[in-house]
Amino acid sequence: MTPKAKPYIFSKGIDSYFIGIYESYVFVCRFFKQVLQRPFHFGQIIDQCYEVGLKSLPLITLTGFVTGVVFTKQSRTSLEVFGAASWLPALISIALVRALGPLVTALICAGKVGSSIGAELGSMKVSEQIDAMEVSAINPFKYLVVTRVTATTLMVPILSLYCSLVGLLGSYVNVHANENTSFAHFFQNGFATISFLDVFTAVFKSIVFGFTIGIIGCYKGYNASQGTQGVGKAANQAVVLTMFLVFVEELVIVQVSNWIKFF
Amino acid sequence: MESEQISGEKESVICISDLYKSFGDLHVLKGVNLDIYKGENLVVLGRSGTGKSVLINILSGLLKPDSGTVMVLGEKVDHLTQKALDALRLHIGFSFQSSALYDSMNVRQNLEFPLTMNVKNLTKMQIKEAVEEALNAVGLIDKMNQMPSDLSGGQRKRIGIARTLILKPQIMLYDEPTSGLDPITCYEINQLIRDVQKKYNTSSIIITHDLTCAKETGDRIAMLFDGMFIKTGTFDEVFADSDERIQSFYNYNFTK
Repeated sequence: MTPKAKPYIFSKGIDSYFIGIYESYVFVCRFFKQVLQRPFHFGQIIDQCYEVGLKSLPLITLTGFVTGVVFTKQSRTSLEVFGAASWLPALISIALVRALGPLVTALICAGKVGSSIGAELGSMKVSEQIDAMEVSAINPFKYLVVTRVTATTLMVPILSLYCSLVGLLGSYVNVHANENTSFAHFFQNGFATISFLDVFTAVFKSIVFGFTIGIIGCYKGYNASQGTQGVGKAANQAVVLTMFLVFVEELVIVQVSNWIKFF
Repeated sequence: MESEQISGEKESVICISDLYKSFGDLHVLKGVNLDIYKGENLVVLGRSGTGKSVLINILSGLLKPDSGTVMVLGEKVDHLTQKALDALRLHIGFSFQSSALYDSMNVRQNLEFPLTMNVKNLTKMQIKEAVEEALNAVGLIDKMNQMPSDLSGGQRKRIGIARTLILKPQIMLYDEPTSGLDPITCYEINQLIRDVQKKYNTSSIIITHDLTCAKETGDRIAMLFDGMFIKTGTFDEVFADSDERIQSFYNYNFTK
């Protein structure tokens, strides 16, 4: 006798929404369970670090530099009104290290890395390459997901600090062109205002962003369906959802770090 | 009845009993019973959507059955731990309909990958020899350094088979091995399936809707219709049956 199919609890749409949340929770738990288990696939992690880190450098360099120049240019006019143009290095340093560096890096990586992971894993899923790994007794989750998420979690903080540094350089170029400030003086002023908590928060924030970029890209790709259309959808959803979550996380972490400072 | 007689003489490597599988409201398998014996090629024949691929996906542990028993090499597939399932999978070769070659790796790396991930402490020479042996078995040793995108459909199928052979499986599962191929390449793939059976002494399940493939590769045919096997036997026995569903499948294939 054919077993009866289970009926929906609410409706197809509502049920699948909650099932989606539960499945993503299971996916994240599966990552934490497997990340510390052997084998570690160090070679694959290094390859992914190269893909995420080194291959993103040109874009991060350009974006960071332009952000530094533009932010300095825009801030100068406002500060000059109050005769506080000399505060520019301090303002730019705080803005770049605390917020802009991690945020710009996360958004760039969400677009570049998140979509690439979503599309790559999605394509592997619909062309049965993930199933092929599984039937060959290879754990595809460990080999594909854990390595990629580890790589993004490690690389985004480094890229974020690099982005802040390049942004400061861009800012210095603009300041030097206008006020003829020396390199040492600019950076001395800039770094004097940055506390350990600022750097710690920025690094912590970037770790969270990096994890989000990796896990969402992998989740969307790993669960892609409906052929080539599904691959495009996975890549697109990976970017949109990651960007949304990055802003939410930014908001929460800023709030928490402000509370810590207050106490 | 016939199945019981044979089981008295031959060793069963796969034993499926009362297997059910549904996807939502869609009931795909509705009480499937089947035995596959050591060294035989069994062709599962049927129209698209009758549950042929679902059946081998359950056999390889990619899908879980709703109910029923699936025994592969004496192990209950759906009751195994992940570790035990992986150990069992080393004895099962799966040739995918799409070949499922890893796009980012060349042919050599595609073959090395399952070997190096599953067998530790192999020397470079042992890996090279295993790759060459598998590629020689499918007649594509000259394609070793090519990327999958540079290969034809037939070559991709052959490399897919070579990738499974590198682990020396006892059971081969072929999902639509001749779909989308020209008649000459189909003939070559059919010959290859027979060669693999002889050389590696494998037991195989070949999923197809191609009657020529079924005739050339199958020792036994199992006709799947609407989630159930309606007839099992040799090619001639199956198609000698006057059942309208079998005859219409036969006539449509050959008149086309």
